[in-house]
Amino acid sequence: MSPHRARTEQELNGRHGRPITDRDAHEINRVEELSYDLKIHEVMSKKLHTASPEMSLSDVLEVLRINRISGVPVTEDSQLVGVISIEDIVRAMQRNDLTETVGQYMTRDLVTVASYDSIVKAMQTFTESQVGRLPVINEEKKLVGMITKGDITRGILFALQKDYKDEEVRRYRASHLFEDIISDRTTLVLRYNIKAHDFTHGGNASSNIKRALLRLGADPQIARRCGIAVYEAETNLIIHTTRGGILKLEVEPHRITMSTTDDGPGIQDIDQVLQPGYSTATDQVREMGFGAGMGLVNIKRCVDSMELESTVGKGTKLIMRIHVPAENFNGRKDG
Amino acid sequence: MDNNMNLQQIIDQLNLTVLTDPRNFTNIQPKGGYTSDLLSCVMAGAKNNYLWITLQAHLNIVAIAALLDVAAIIITENSKPDAATIAKANEQGVILLSTPKPTFEIDGKLWELGIHIPE
Repeated sequence: MSPHRARTEQELNGRHGRPITDRDAHEINRVEELSYDLKIHEVMSKKLHTASPEMSLSDVLEVLRINRISGVPVTEDSQLVGVISIEDIVRAMQRNDLTETVGQYMTRDLVTVASYDSIVKAMQTFTESQVGRLPVINEEKKLVGMITKGDITRGILFALQKDYKDEEVRRYRASHLFEDIISDRTTLVLRYNIKAHDFTHGGNASSNIKRALLRLGADPQIARRCGIAVYEAETNLIIHTTRGGILKLEVEPHRITMSTTDDGPGIQDIDQVLQPGYSTATDQVREMGFGAGMGLVNIKRCVDSMELESTVGKGTKLIMRIHVPAENFNGRKDG
Repeated sequence: MDNNMNLQQIIDQLNLTVLTDPRNFTNIQPKGGYTSDLLSCVMAGAKNNYLWITLQAHLNIVAIAALLDVAAIIITENSKPDAATIAKANEQGVILLSTPKPTFEIDGKLWELGIHIPE
């Protein structure tokens, strides 16, 4: 329930590297995921300003002022021994004590984080300790950097931007296909072999087609209509054909043509199969929820034109067309 | 939009079991629902971000849910999808929820929670 609950290693690995789905892209959720994926050493600042316990407070104040930072770690023989911050110096100022040494006013009560931890660990430590900056140590307990909340925000924003850019680049490349390749008529053809009775892979071709169209810059509504039409057509090949068939998608800048061809058994009465509710599916197939007799009706609803030709003993050909408004596939309107 | 329920609240209120990978459900707000076990009817009737309530638990429900971008599938009467179906749902980002209650009861409860059909 709580978005901050600790995740198991397995959960994290399970999600890591999974392709980003359409819905994920719209979720802020990714920030949460990144706070587990990003490690402290990836976002911390490695440019270290340090002080020694013998340094005078006025010298430290000068370091803070020049570098515009509010605190520095204190090291002695490269071991971290404390942190001196503006607050400590203010305390000294109140007593007119600026000539004193760092060692006298630094915070020795050290809260540190490990470089190999996730940034979520640093966020928890910030909340618990109420400090603004944390020294980062490595496996050998040596100081390797400092981390602030600003570093975390910057790290997450940077990673989000990279995610976004990766998908943008893919989309950009694909969506400019029709502009970059000059011909009198450019058509992109995608073919899928659909096996008869292969319910296990049912819908795969449709999912791939929908994703391809989105990458090509198609309007999401058009991609959805194509997805539904092609799913029904794909399912028909799986349920009804003797030896499967071929599903073909032809994309042109102004039109998307989807078609299926098979070599049997063919349809007896075309008018009858176009009736809502008419189905020849077996009981076994119906039990899985297919065979509602709505497939072709759904297709008709989603496409601008549909042609169905069939010869018993020879096979069936179904052609579906969707017209694409001019704004698509180049100057995309939206996602 | 009279519905302000997010998916996490719905899961809690209806005592649903999450079958797919845990994730943040609080930022998913289903805008309606559709109930049917006939896949083509779902294709025609379920809109994106709807809840789909069904008895079907086989692999093909995942493809449909992914194509339609439904908010989640609620599988009723303890009908259990196999491991391959759950794996595919995770891969495609489809959320599968399960309940021992019958479909009618789940529909009724959802309606009471304010999950209606948008105008």
